[in-house]
Amino acid sequence: MLKRIASGPYLVWIVLFILIPILMIGFFSLVRTDAETGEYYLTAINFARVFEPVYIAVWTRSIKIALEATAICLLIGYPMAMILAKMNSRYRTIAVMLFVVPMWMNFLLRTYAWMTILGKNGILNKILMFFGLPQMTFLYSEGAVLLGMVYNFLPFMVLPIYTVLSRMDQSLIEAAEDLGGNKYNVFRKVVFPLSLPGVVSGTSMVFMPAVSTFVISNLLYGGQYMLIGNLIEQQFLVVNDWFFGSAISIILMFLILATMAVMNHLSGNNPEEGGVNLW
Amino acid sequence: MKKIIIFVLVMVLTTVLVTACAQEDKVVLNVYNWGDYIDEDIFEMFEEETGIKINYETYATNEEMYTKIKKGGTKYDLAIPSEYMIEKMIREEMLEKIDLSKIPNYINIDEDFKNLSFDPDNAYSVPYFWGTVGIIYNTELIDEPIQSWDVLWDDKYAGQFTMMDSQRDSIMVALKKLGYSMNTKNLDELEEAKQLLIEQKPMVLAYVGDNVKDMLISGEAAMAVVWSGEASAVIQEYDEFEYVLPVEGSNKWFDNIVIPKGAKNIDAAHQFIDFLCRSDIGFLNADYVGYSTVNSETLKLIDPDLMGTTYAYPLDEWIENYEIFNDPGDFILEYDRIWTEVKAN
Repeated sequence: MLKRIASGPYLVWIVLFILIPILMIGFFSLVRTDAETGEYYLTAINFARVFEPVYIAVWTRSIKIALEATAICLLIGYPMAMILAKMNSRYRTIAVMLFVVPMWMNFLLRTYAWMTILGKNGILNKILMFFGLPQMTFLYSEGAVLLGMVYNFLPFMVLPIYTVLSRMDQSLIEAAEDLGGNKYNVFRKVVFPLSLPGVVSGTSMVFMPAVSTFVISNLLYGGQYMLIGNLIEQQFLVVNDWFFGSAISIILMFLILATMAVMNHLSGNNPEEGGVNLW
Repeated sequence: MKKIIIFVLVMVLTTVLVTACAQEDKVVLNVYNWGDYIDEDIFEMFEEETGIKINYETYATNEEMYTKIKKGGTKYDLAIPSEYMIEKMIREEMLEKIDLSKIPNYINIDEDFKNLSFDPDNAYSVPYFWGTVGIIYNTELIDEPIQSWDVLWDDKYAGQFTMMDSQRDSIMVALKKLGYSMNTKNLDELEEAKQLLIEQKPMVLAYVGDNVKDMLISGEAAMAVVWSGEASAVIQEYDEFEYVLPVEGSNKWFDNIVIPKGAKNIDAAHQFIDFLCRSDIGFLNADYVGYSTVNSETLKLIDPDLMGTTYAYPLDEWIENYEIFNDPGDFILEYDRIWTEVKAN
């Protein structure tokens, strides 16, 4: 009984701030207002517009760059997590702290900092000039956006993998070695499969914000480069077309849900057993 | 036991939060303005004189302001939109009438800025600043004198200039280059402008808002489409910059103070408008923001060197062919679509 009462506030919170907004977006995505009377009417035109060639290009661009960011995070993050997990426990805490500390700083500030590093007269170019090398354009390019994503989202990849690796039952690895497995085979057949839940949750935690970001692309590509997040932002804040914006949001939600389903399926793990799976 | 404690704590917290938000003891005037568009020191002066506290929030474009007032839950007592947006807001009955008898300093406002087409009877708005849109460039980085919008399509300058991240202003640049009216309702002309903007896009360094000044000063951009006051602020600090009024014509705009419907402190809002119309306050603001004052008493205090400059007080003949935006009504949907497509491309 008490349990039920105690869950009350959370239930109110969920209904108020999660359920109702989602229902509203769902409603807006399916209607438009009549220009004359201002009344709502049911229509599929918002969804139809999402699939126009101009916007399809935005989707492909977003998904492509999000996948790239996720892949790079995984490539850098996995070895990093292994190093962390194998560290002497005295240094390990400090090393993990070092990963987490930058996240205490505001995300916007960190991205602004990159603008001063990458700019035409920024720190990086100053260093190039010092060595007599020609100035290069770093800022306002696709590479800058990719860098911004990897930089901001890397901890989300490292930490879940690190948690799985550090909790892994060492006796399994020893058993594999006793049975004659070389280092490569032990990793491929034992360590990596066991760490999959961490990889899955890291991948989704990087992919999701990367596919929906609008701040990183806005700052590091100067509003030149439209990703899905920017398109949604523009519909809500600039052109005031909440109906089209809602339709894009709904599709984006489905995309993310589908990715999560696929990832969960790939890991072949029941999320409850994984223990570290955050979803 | 633990659960009871947690439950009680949560309830207490929620109640505290809710009541804290609802509490109001002093008159607080909610002012919604463009970023960097007022000398914030005057808030304290106003509070000292009247006891009214100012709660200040900013926006970057007219469209952002409109959406927030139209759809958002916040009740603003004052906002400062541009002419076409005022016209739209009057049409949509979003504005309170302003009682000019409560604004004695209104006599300071120059007659040139009264009875303009967007608010013919001065019933809904009080002039704040005016200005133009043009090109600012760094003479150390760009050798030739600039006169026309054409430079923004010149390969030579690819990657060196910024455009405004504001749909009507950027579409205006393309329409003017093509020789059309920036208030066109002709779809073919708009499509032409769209093609031109798409063609230009790879050459644009960035579409920017308030950070354009920093980009110019740091040398990140050599040239930029800006509002005159931004140029004014940069030029008065750095000699190497120049501001050009393009020969094909451009936008002459007016920003006026309005009271949105739903404002809770209408009397205080009138008091603040009157305060803003005072010549000394007008001077502080003009000095800070760099735009051109509408106040004839303030004008007497302004540095005479600024008269006849392109960026502050241009001669009438320079901007004869300059147009004022009007509200295209529902045709704005076409502008929205064009801008979305340009940005998405």
